[in-house]
Amino acid sequence: MVMKLLIVEDDSEAAAYLVKAFRESGHVADHSGDGLDGYAMAREGDYDVLIIDRMLPKLDGLSLIHGLREQKVETPVLILSALGQVDDRVKGLRAGGDDYLAKPYAFSELLARVEVLARRRGGGRAEETRYQVGDLELDRLSHRVTRAGKPVDLQPREFRLLEYLMKHAGQVVTRTMLLENVWDYHFDPQTNVIDVHLSRLRGKIDKGFDRPLIHTVRGAGYMVRDSAR
Amino acid sequence: MTALGKLVRTTAFKLSAAYLVIFTVFAFLLLGYVAWNARRLIADQVAGAVQAEVQGLAEQYGAGGVRRLIGTIEARSRQPGSSLYLLTSARGERIAGNVERLPADLLSQPGLRETMYSLNDEPDSRPRLALVQVFDLPGGLSLLVGRDMSEAEALRGVIRRAFGGALALVVVLALIGGWFVTSRVLGRIDAMTATTRQIMEGDLAGRLTVTGSHDELDRLAANLNAMLDRIELLMAGLKEVSDNIAHDLKTPLTRLRNGAEQALRGSDDPGQYRHALEGTIEEADNLIRVFNALLMIARAEAGSAREGMVDFDAAEVARDVAELYEPLAEEAGVPLTVNVPQGMPMHGSRELVGQALANLVDNAIKYARVTQAAGESAHAPHGAGVTIAATPRDGALEIVVADRGPGIPEADRGRVLDRFVRLETARSRPGFGLGLSLAAAVARLHGGELRLEDNAPGLRAVLTLPVRPSSPKVPPQRPARA
Repeated sequence: MVMKLLIVEDDSEAAAYLVKAFRESGHVADHSGDGLDGYAMAREGDYDVLIIDRMLPKLDGLSLIHGLREQKVETPVLILSALGQVDDRVKGLRAGGDDYLAKPYAFSELLARVEVLARRRGGGRAEETRYQVGDLELDRLSHRVTRAGKPVDLQPREFRLLEYLMKHAGQVVTRTMLLENVWDYHFDPQTNVIDVHLSRLRGKIDKGFDRPLIHTVRGAGYMVRDSAR
Repeated sequence: MTALGKLVRTTAFKLSAAYLVIFTVFAFLLLGYVAWNARRLIADQVAGAVQAEVQGLAEQYGAGGVRRLIGTIEARSRQPGSSLYLLTSARGERIAGNVERLPADLLSQPGLRETMYSLNDEPDSRPRLALVQVFDLPGGLSLLVGRDMSEAEALRGVIRRAFGGALALVVVLALIGGWFVTSRVLGRIDAMTATTRQIMEGDLAGRLTVTGSHDELDRLAANLNAMLDRIELLMAGLKEVSDNIAHDLKTPLTRLRNGAEQALRGSDDPGQYRHALEGTIEEADNLIRVFNALLMIARAEAGSAREGMVDFDAAEVARDVAELYEPLAEEAGVPLTVNVPQGMPMHGSRELVGQALANLVDNAIKYARVTQAAGESAHAPHGAGVTIAATPRDGALEIVVADRGPGIPEADRGRVLDRFVRLETARSRPGFGLGLSLAAAVARLHGGELRLEDNAPGLRAVLTLPVRPSSPKVPPQRPARA
């Protein structure tokens, strides 16, 4: 899926880097250098995701988002900010942002989050009650998981982990995204505890099968994908 | 400002002046009341005497008419220290009596009044004060009966002089008393001002004198000292942080730079470049994590994370953290036991409490693993592993993370809570030495504390969090320094 993105960022070097990186990933990216111009572009252009810096000349990022939401512009917004503390994050999401990423960040993290936001805009798979990837099936209502027809016994957290991965099947999901969405914490867990959870889940899902469904994406995170297709 | 202006502006002067005014007014009222009463008493006595005299004369007059009255007056006038008498004819001529001079129109006005008079046997004497009563008798005669008031007048003089003297004494006493009291109190305040000035000028170790009298000024001094202790602690923390940042951030920065430089100097092999760049990113990520942890500690210390506080269930956070680390513990071969009751509501930062617990559990697993790696697990007592327990205790929650690792020597327990401190035994393990200090900062932000205890063997980290955070914990007061 090709995404059409708007980057509102006053640091031209950082913006140029982002535009180039997104284009290399096969997406379309526009750039605006200040809040007012960004606001106009966001209202006019049909963007999939807006990437908005918090500190902008002329109109600050949070006011921009607030203005857009008042005008019923519901394009998903990812806030980029040098302020990365918990309360800043809460403020950003309260202003109408959909996700929040603190600088400095890895581009893979930003790309993964933007892709999830774009998918959400396209309707995504949020409303589905059953997810299926290859011969792996997850029923959200009965909390049952089967692989090749055989039931897989999962702990509640493992179920939620798999649910999130399958909801975003075909997309890269980073470790921090998992910690935020499956555990609802935003802190730094020091050791890579998420990897251990994933390897345990992998043991239950992929062990004994020729075709693995949970893939590690180097330098980024994880992805559930049926590699045969 | 003139010297006088300065004096007038001092609280000592104002308070003394207020004392003076109040004392004087009270003394004036009190003495005035006494004098007025004394005067009234004397006047009553004199009036009574005059009345008795009049009574006697009236009886004589009733018994023997004017003739008998004249005889009685003349007889009584000759007695020493007698009353005053005067009987005049209708034309104002003197018939009998001992009074020589009187104000001219006095006899035409009947009634009781004060007047000046002279006696007829002392012609050159000064006029004296008397209380007299005048009657009109049949046949145009006028009778005056009176009593000398000069003694009463003398007494009044005494009272007036006493009045003046007493007032002067009161003023002096009020001045001295006011000055004494205010200078005692204000002297202490001045001393406090001087000490605080010294501290402001850079002597951060200086403290106010606490006299031990437990009065208001003592409490103020104790509170100011506690505040200074906190400031000193923060300053020391700040200095230490900058020193440590210099050291601990420069080290990875140097590594990062060296790695990049070496890659440039080395072969043109793209694989080597790639390796070097990956190393660079990894170092940068570590730097970011250290930086984030430092910012978080600084925020918690400054109390600015207070805005984001909400009501949440600490038991749930404890279980979440335990659940998050459980696979890691299992992989490390360290059993993780959770003993947390249902529902422990508290007000605070869920994220920060979660982070603090995660740090403690991460540490516990890390060091339990050290012991096992050293082959001691075979001898480890029953129940070895990491335990997370929580209990509510008098308005606070106590969350204990205990391990059976090597523990921390008692002498080092205070030190490891500081930023970047890593014991020699831990140098080889991954980490930045910020985990415990962050947990301690989170505890302080909530008005609680982090205690490190001996788990014999191992470490017991006790995180105490008040259900309702009050104010950040102030370090215990040090004895006062003069």
